[in-house]
Parts: sequence; C-alpha cells; structure tokens
Amino acid sequence: MIEFKNVSKRYPGGFEALKDVSFQIPRGEMLFLTGRSGAGKSTLLKLIMMMEKPSTGQIHVNGHHLNRLASRKIPLLRREIGVVFQNHQLLFDRTVFDNVALPLMILGYQPRDIGRRVRAALDKVGLLSKEKSKPVTLSGGEQQRVGIARAVVHKPPILLADEPTGNLDPELSGEVMRLFEQFNQVGVTVMIASHDLGLIARMPYRLLTLREGALLRGVEPIGEREHG
Amino acid sequence: MVDDTLVKAASAQQAARKDEALRADVRKSAASPRRISSRDRFASYWLHHRQVAGDSLLRMLRHPLGSLATWLVIGIALALPGALYVALDNLAKLSTAWDGAPQMSLFLRQTADEASGRALSERLGRRADVARVQYISREQALAEFRELSGFGEVLDHLDSNPLPAVILVRPRTDEQGAAVVQRLFEEVKALPEVDKAILDLQWVERLYAMLSIGRRIALGLALTLGLGVLLVVGNTIRLAIESRRDEILVVKLVGGTNAFVRRPFLYTGVWFGLGGGLIACLILSAGLFWLGDPVAHLSDLYSSQFRLQGLATHQMAVLLLSALGLGWLGAWLAVGRHLGAIQPR
Repeated sequence: MIEFKNVSKRYPGGFEALKDVSFQIPRGEMLFLTGRSGAGKSTLLKLIMMMEKPSTGQIHVNGHHLNRLASRKIPLLRREIGVVFQNHQLLFDRTVFDNVALPLMILGYQPRDIGRRVRAALDKVGLLSKEKSKPVTLSGGEQQRVGIARAVVHKPPILLADEPTGNLDPELSGEVMRLFEQFNQVGVTVMIASHDLGLIARMPYRLLTLREGALLRGVEPIGEREHG
Repeated sequence: MVDDTLVKAASAQQAARKDEALRADVRKSAASPRRISSRDRFASYWLHHRQVAGDSLLRMLRHPLGSLATWLVIGIALALPGALYVALDNLAKLSTAWDGAPQMSLFLRQTADEASGRALSERLGRRADVARVQYISREQALAEFRELSGFGEVLDHLDSNPLPAVILVRPRTDEQGAAVVQRLFEEVKALPEVDKAILDLQWVERLYAMLSIGRRIALGLALTLGLGVLLVVGNTIRLAIESRRDEILVVKLVGGTNAFVRRPFLYTGVWFGLGGGLIACLILSAGLFWLGDPVAHLSDLYSSQFRLQGLATHQMAVLLLSALGLGWLGAWLAVGRHLGAIQPR
C-alpha cells in the first residue's frame, strides 16, 4: 500500500530530514510512526501526501509511483488519503457539516448523498448533534473528531494522522485511538505519527521509529513483545 | 423549579429521538454503493458551478460599498470608450442622413439660354447612373441669393444678373462605387453647355477620414482602459485570494483540483465584470438621455430629422459581454499568478 525505497529528503540549506528510509506497509495494516520532534515524522507524511518531493529514492502509494506522478494528478492521490492534522485544519467560517462535506463536494457527490455520508461520518465520531455548529464553539477534542470525520467521510483506503492526540487528555486520546482501530477493522490502512509513547505502548501495532531522519531497524510491535 | 426540570427532560428526550431518527437514516445510507455515475458527476458539476456562482455573488454583496467601488471603476473605465464610440456612430449616421451620397453642381455658361438648359437637365435625368436632377434657372438662383445672403441691395445696383443657371445632379449611389461617380463627373464636365462643375464629394471623404481617426482613438482608449480594468479586477481578486488562503490550503490538502480552487475566484471576476458593464450601460444611457433634448433642438434648427441614437440591444450585449470577459480574464491572470504560490507545507 505504501512503500519507501531508500528515500532521502534534503531541504534547501542542507538539512537532511530523512536518510535512506525503506519500509513497506501492506494493505489494511495499522502502525505507528514515532520519534522525537524533528526526527522526520512530518516530512515522511508530507512525502506520502506529495506535499514534498524526495531528494532520492522511490515512493509508491496505493499503486501510484510518486516520483512519476504529474503535478496535476496530485489531487487524485490526495483523494485516496484521509489526513488528520494536529491543528485540525478546519475552516472556521463554516459549519461542522460543511467542513466534513468538503471532500465529498470535491469528489462531485450529489447533495442528498453528501447529507447522508456526512451524517454517517459525524455519527461515527459522536458529533451528529453538532452538525450545524461552528467549529469555534467546539472543544479541542470535538474539533479533532470533526477533523477525523472529514478525513474518513469519503472512505479513503489510506488514513494518515499527524499527532492526532497531541492536544488531548489521555481519556480523549484513547477514544480517538479506538476510532482509528475501527477504521482499520474495515480495511483502511492507518498510519499514525505520534510521540505519545505511553499510549502507543498499550496498543499491539508495528512501530516505525525515526531517529535523526533514519529508520531504526528490528523494532517489533510492542504488544507482541509483551505477549510473547 | 419542578416545571423547569420537566421541560429540560422533555427537550432532552426530543433531542434523543431526533438523533435516533438521524442515525436510522445514516444506517440506511451506509449500504448505498460508493461509486458515482458519470451522469451524477456531471449533474453535481453543474450544481457546484451554480453554487459557486451564487456564493461568490453573495460574498460580494456582503461588502456592498467595496464591491460598488470596484463596479464603478470598471463601469467608468468602460463608459469612456463606449461614449466615444456612440458619438462616432452618431456622426456617421448624421452624415448619411445628410446624404452621404455625393452631389454635382453644374454651372452652365451664360450664353446658354433657359430652354437649352432645361433640355440638358432632362437629358441628364434620363441617364441610368443619375438618380435625380434639379434645374435652377438664373432668376431662381438670383431670388435664392437675395433671400439667403442678405446682399439684396447690392444686387439692385447691378445691371444684369451675374449668376449662372445651375443643374444639381445626384448620381445613383446604390450599386456603384466612387469610380462610377467620378466617370459621370468627368463626362458632364466636358459637356459644351457646362462652364464649371463641382463634385461635393470631398467633405464626405474628409468626414469619413476623421471618423476613422476617431474610431482608432476609441479603440486605443478601449484597449488602454480595458488593461486598466484587468489590473483592477486582478488586484481585487488577489486580495480575495489572500483572505481565503486557509480555505485554499485545506481544499488542496483534501484533493481539490486547481480548477476547483480557481472556480470561485473566476466567478468573482465575472460578477465584477458584469456589474461594471451594467454600470457602464447605465452611464451611457443616462448621458444619451441627458443630451437627447438639446441635440434634437439643434437638429431642428438645421431643419434636420436627425435624433441622437441610443445603444442598440446588440451594442449593449457587446458591452456587457466584453465587460464580463475582462472580469474573467483579470481573475484568471490573478489566480494564475497567486494561486500557485499557495501550497500546503
């Protein structure tokens, strides 16, 4: 589903954010991407989204060879990826409903389908009653869940999350993680970048750990290690 | 107190029921297929166009003063060349009303008597390339001169009538060009009875030359001011892009194409152009109405039927369409320049 082959990313000015990173994520897997801030997590996610281009190496995402993807095809790639941002990236001048409806409008759904699907997504994150509210009136946790609803409303095969629990208390973080697990159970490939090691340690998923731009090898899922 | 609690409980129950109904609706829809048919896609494409068009108009009307200022600037910029064009158009019409067709004046020799003059006039009138002839005898010419010139007393002191008889010849102008008129002129000039011939063609030619200069000035003005409109719209759209930067970023992140991002701004440009075009039409119509009466009065003084012509429907359509096109183009240029710079980081 996602494959990196010897990928490096060097920013103008010489800073090397990623060094020779290779990994494969099969379809339907859920995994964590960890590392200290500045270790390259965000850069890795940006490469998958084609917000950045790799300096060297090959990237494949859901059958697209990103090195060869024309820039006018980038929107098509992004439609196959749902993204949850740490800072939510909600539009504050429109309602929760309109925020979640945005990907469906871009995809060209009929209004009646948009209504149904938006409500299904809001129901999933427990915010069905807030569809007419403006994001400003919601708590941080609720805003994050609106962001999640927007990321999954068009049922993308891949879900990326960048520090989705960064500003949340442990209880809310747990809720958000359970949501991601539910999406994973219906076949979505889920990749979560997080430095919340306490939370990650409780979950039985593979870990990709970055340190100063390089991938640490031989890290097994923490859950399996505990059990076996 | 008790009442209050009861009301709260009831409303909570109601809300719960509404939620349940929504969930049922949601569950039903979850089973629907994910694929979108191309017909649906097309329908929603047009729907989106309508929505975006309406939305950008509403955004504009939400700031009526700022929008009006832009409309006025565009309207005035378009009204100037428009007014010049209308003026030239009217001048051209005026010259045809005065018979753009040339007229020849044949001054007969003093020696020719009235009978031979009238015979010549009739002979000329029968020619195929002559539309109309008018014979003015020496006496008629004298009477006319006495009446119009105001030198009546001077003429009384003269022994004889110094004025020649004149034949006015109006060539048939429908099927021939200037060359035919010229040939006719050469022919009648050589007639033995004719002392002197004048072809009143020059003033028409001069007028048309002046009109064509005027048209070029109008075109140049239109091009220059059109460029100004482009810049005004472009700058306004640039500000609109800046103020909607966050929205553009999010739309790009969730897979909006460039066309999708561009659309609301192009519609904004179209509305600016259309509004400016309407204002230009209004200015022109008001100006023509304002000038209508004095021009009619002047024209009456020259005993002419000429009346100031307003904008015809097709001219108004051209004005509105070019305003719309300018708005769209200005927006397109601004979007092309500034939208590419906004990329999610």
